Amino acid sequence: MNEFVKLFELIISASLVNNFVFTWFLGLCIFFGVSKKMETALGMSVTFTAVMMISAAISWVVYKFIMVPLNIEFLMIIVFIGIVAGLVQGSDTIMRKVAPALYYKLGIYLALISTNCIILAVPLMNVGNKYTFIESLAFAFGSGAGFSLALIIMASIREKLELADVPKHFKGLPMAFIVTGMIALAFTGFAGLIKH
Amino acid sequence: MYEVHKLVTDILGLFQFADISQFLLPKVGVGAEIEAKEAITMAPLIKYTLIFLAGMSTVFGFVLAFAAKKFAVKIDPRVEQVNDVLAHAHCGACGYAGCEQYAEAVVKDPNVSPSLCIPAGEKAALKVAEITGKKAEIKEKELARVMCQGGSDKSQKKYAYEGVLDCRAAVLAGGGDKSCIYGCLGYGTCESVCPFDAIKMGSDSLPIIDKDKCTACRKCEAACPKKVIEVLPASKAVLVACHSRDKGADVRKFCKVGCIACGMCVKVCPFDAPKVDKNLAKIDMDKCRVCGLCVTKCPTNAIEDFITDRPKATVLDNCIGCQICLKACPVDAITGENKKKHSVNQEKCIGCGICAIKCPVQAIDGTFNAEQIRIAKQKAKKEKEAAA
Repeated sequence: MNEFVKLFELIISASLVNNFVFTWFLGLCIFFGVSKKMETALGMSVTFTAVMMISAAISWVVYKFIMVPLNIEFLMIIVFIGIVAGLVQGSDTIMRKVAPALYYKLGIYLALISTNCIILAVPLMNVGNKYTFIESLAFAFGSGAGFSLALIIMASIREKLELADVPKHFKGLPMAFIVTGMIALAFTGFAGLIKH
Repeated sequence: MYEVHKLVTDILGLFQFADISQFLLPKVGVGAEIEAKEAITMAPLIKYTLIFLAGMSTVFGFVLAFAAKKFAVKIDPRVEQVNDVLAHAHCGACGYAGCEQYAEAVVKDPNVSPSLCIPAGEKAALKVAEITGKKAEIKEKELARVMCQGGSDKSQKKYAYEGVLDCRAAVLAGGGDKSCIYGCLGYGTCESVCPFDAIKMGSDSLPIIDKDKCTACRKCEAACPKKVIEVLPASKAVLVACHSRDKGADVRKFCKVGCIACGMCVKVCPFDAPKVDKNLAKIDMDKCRVCGLCVTKCPTNAIEDFITDRPKATVLDNCIGCQICLKACPVDAITGENKKKHSVNQEKCIGCGICAIKCPVQAIDGTFNAEQIRIAKQKAKKEKEAAA
């Protein structure tokens, strides 16, 4: 039972308490690029969670069973990025055949997942916190859920911001940054939710 | 003084209830739960590094190549060719979700017409027809027209609207803030949805449509909550720019340029094109010859002439002096004796083109329709000769 509590805590921590966008401020380029419309935001969040979980799993396995015994942990940044890039390219090819409509809608954003800071941060944190396999999966899922939450909140606000009476020089990205800061402030309300 | 000091330390103390530093510092790298090694042997390290990196790259290469083969989408090269020709405005005028979907559909499905990409125009339709082996139907150019002239200076508002500055939002508040419920609200929804930048809101809160940029994709027509924008053939350039079904007296109260259904246009038209129905005049597109007479006679200027610069008529040398145009001219601008060449008074001529229509030998030139009429008559002559 304790195991499940720990997993649940990890998910809540990664998605709410230490939300990767609003607390860590990672993955911002994709966040601002995709959150303009709700449909791209939804597509991106699902793709991201899927890619995140698979890459966290593969990275963990490669690290634990190949890199540690061979003493080449110092290569972990390069290797993790390599795994992510390969996965994204693979999912690009697969999606083109399986779901072409989504593929055309996401367009360049699918390739941009590999430049997302979060996709490197999660495997690195898995290594640093010495999580077990299931725990890393839970952490990756939590990060994906948190990112999706951030995207959906931001997309719904930005769609309304298009029609609002924003001062001319604040229109678009500047306003989005200010709004993100406000949401980040709101998210600090989650601090201390999990006792260590 | 001590109380203030205690208060400040208490408040600062509150921020320490959660040791956030342990959450903010990432635990990666040596010194954060990855132990440093005492001794490193270089040679095996380099060996393992090279083998591992080379191995991983090879594995990934094979996996990706396999995926590319297995999940390969067989694209007909013609789809790529068609895709290059299209306009890529993603406007949806063709009826498909995206430009790529239309390219696929037109190549695969024999029933899909090759001239559906309206923004790309005639040239693209012919090219697509060539690539797919279908016949292209050349559609007549259409334009979006705004059927309202009641700008902010000519119309009144019912109430002061404070809300989202979009027509679709304003219409939710009791049908919009304009007194005339059929009129354009002027908050620029059409401007924001046009993918070709062809609509700009004028200073009087009415949309101005650039006829060179407009491709009749119908996005503005669909977006307008008052249905004030209509997409009509570009040749139909004289239109009653009003949709008001209110009684004449009410229309006068709300708007200076609304149609009061007085029937003046019906009386004046030499081709019997306008009809008044339910307090609104409407011009029959099939009968209208775009002469512009009703425009001059309308008492409220509700009818708009979209030809901004009407060239005047001149008489050519093959005039036979039959005086038909003289009798037909609504402003008595033509003078001339029987069997002698007539002449057009350039000051009086309004460029309506009725003389060009009535002339039996096409001796009138210069009006907007003179070229068209000449070409049509030549075609008819050729067809008669071919049939005989």
